[in-house]
Amino acid sequence: MSTAVEARGLGKRYRRRWALSDCSVTVPTGHVVGLVGPNGAGKTTLLQLAVGLLVPSSGTIEVFGKPPAEDAGILGRVGFVAQDTPTYSSLSIADHLKLGAHLNPRWDGDTARHRIEKLGLDPAQHAGKLSGGERAQLALTMALAKHPDLLILDEPVASLDPLARREFLQTLMEDVAAHDLGVMLSSHLVADIERVCDYLVVLVDSRVQVSGDVDELLASHHRLVGPRDPGAPPPACQEVIDASHTERQTTLIVRSDGPVVDPAWTIEPTSLEDLVLAYMARGSRSHATAQASESGAET
Amino acid sequence: MTWLAWRQFRTQAVAGLVLLSAVAITLAVTRSGLASSFQIALHCKGAQACDSARREFFAKDSLLRHLANSLAVAVPALIGVFWGAPLIARELENGSFRLAWTQSVTRSRWMLVKLGVVGAASMLTAGLFSLAVTWWSSMYDQLQDSPFQQYDSRGIVLIGYAAFAFALGVALGVILRRTVPAMAATFLVYFVVHITFSTWIRQHLLPPLRATSPFLATPTGFTLGPPNAADWVMSTEVYTPPGRALGQPGQGSLFEGFRIHAGTLFFQGAGACHVKVPVASLRTGNISQAVQQACIARFHLYQVVTYQPASRYWTFQWMELGLFIVLALLLSAAATWWVRRRLS
Repeated sequence: MSTAVEARGLGKRYRRRWALSDCSVTVPTGHVVGLVGPNGAGKTTLLQLAVGLLVPSSGTIEVFGKPPAEDAGILGRVGFVAQDTPTYSSLSIADHLKLGAHLNPRWDGDTARHRIEKLGLDPAQHAGKLSGGERAQLALTMALAKHPDLLILDEPVASLDPLARREFLQTLMEDVAAHDLGVMLSSHLVADIERVCDYLVVLVDSRVQVSGDVDELLASHHRLVGPRDPGAPPPACQEVIDASHTERQTTLIVRSDGPVVDPAWTIEPTSLEDLVLAYMARGSRSHATAQASESGAET
Repeated sequence: MTWLAWRQFRTQAVAGLVLLSAVAITLAVTRSGLASSFQIALHCKGAQACDSARREFFAKDSLLRHLANSLAVAVPALIGVFWGAPLIARELENGSFRLAWTQSVTRSRWMLVKLGVVGAASMLTAGLFSLAVTWWSSMYDQLQDSPFQQYDSRGIVLIGYAAFAFALGVALGVILRRTVPAMAATFLVYFVVHITFSTWIRQHLLPPLRATSPFLATPTGFTLGPPNAADWVMSTEVYTPPGRALGQPGQGSLFEGFRIHAGTLFFQGAGACHVKVPVASLRTGNISQAVQQACIARFHLYQVVTYQPASRYWTFQWMELGLFIVLALLLSAAATWWVRRRLS
């Protein structure tokens, strides 16, 4: 399996603040990759580094084995829709398609026109007069018509209402199936990721907590429920990702490659949402610990 | 990429074209009306007739003339403010740079094409505008003392100013990343540079010439000035034979330089006049022209005029055009570097 995006020790600093530090992740080709994490985890920074809008302050990132935006060739292989789905408000939809045709050698004009037609948009309409959802669709159309090998979407549905959100993701999945391309999209909503992604990267505080195939992740993670007993040892041979307690019972999210057999616990399959939340909780805990030890060292 | 650069510039280009056409039409319509009084002023006989003929000619369309001259000075600034500053700043401000920079075109090429298309349009516009104003004012300029009087609203320098103002606007837009502050900063910086250059720097583009001649008083005043009335005078200084400077005449200082002390007439700085002065004059302090002339002649004063000859007019225009185009290229290169390195 070849790699679409590979980051090693990647960091990005804005003046004195690190938006992303020491991030290493490998994303294989041909997947719909969901990048999930809390706000401020560095998702946008990571994606903008991947399309070359930003340049790393430390470490490296490569797309299809080359630094992103190094030349027109690599720019042409990656489609991108930024978080605010920018378009030129004074240009019409038709102008945007013309723009794409002029600026991209691999441009697929028929696909773009059909897509706009199917969406029921008037090509003569100015982009400034479109609704948020329509603008997002126009931006996605442009990214798709570029005929990329990898499509990178930064919070593509964040500004959309639930109905538009579902439609957007649905059309996206149809296009992904039709064009056979890899997708990397970010969201802080697990439900969106769950609907479309088959590969997951959880990013908390610029660190990758877990990444892998969604089915494999679900198969190797379990939800264990048992009576609360602070003295009891955790189930053997398993990595406890997160533990939560009520007065009487304890719920664990554990990782285990083999089947879990422990009569003390009720074993349930975990949902993707529980899994993500468990890693996010662990990530923010270790962040807090790191900060505490840092401030302890200072005093 | 050229298509996009042109498409984004289209509205501004049309606005510029409308303004340019309006000015050109106004100038074309009004110019023929000047011809008859120009001929009278050109072929006048006698000092008095000439004076009144010239005055009459210069009074004609004087409002329009001032307007055309100020507009010629303003056009490069307008180009910098309305075409240069928003070029990149608007894209940075509304986020569309993220769309532009993720097409299959590198950032350097994107910058180069945008700078090329709008920069060429800026220089062309300024050139056409300068052509119209220079043509319209050609009759006035023939009757002007020196071509340097309207130097920065005529000829080819406007092309250089426009290129510079445009590149300045682009660079400030890239650094400030916001359209309106970039426009304001462009306006301000452009005029500071323009005024600094025309007041202090232009005269040093070539070392000025010096002409030395005897300083004599004539019935109408002093013989002052450069060898040719059309020359651009930097300074005129009057010296005593040992080489001591007496100051600059023409600012009223010399005629006020006569002083009466203990029954003797002195010319300030030079010494006592050994000429006969009527007693009445000594009492009233009213020195006649003849006495002044005689006094000054005694000292053998000489004057040194520092000037740029009128024949250098086009040399100056070409040098200044070249200089501002080089500045524009440097600013463009800096803006491109900034877009490539600092905005990522």
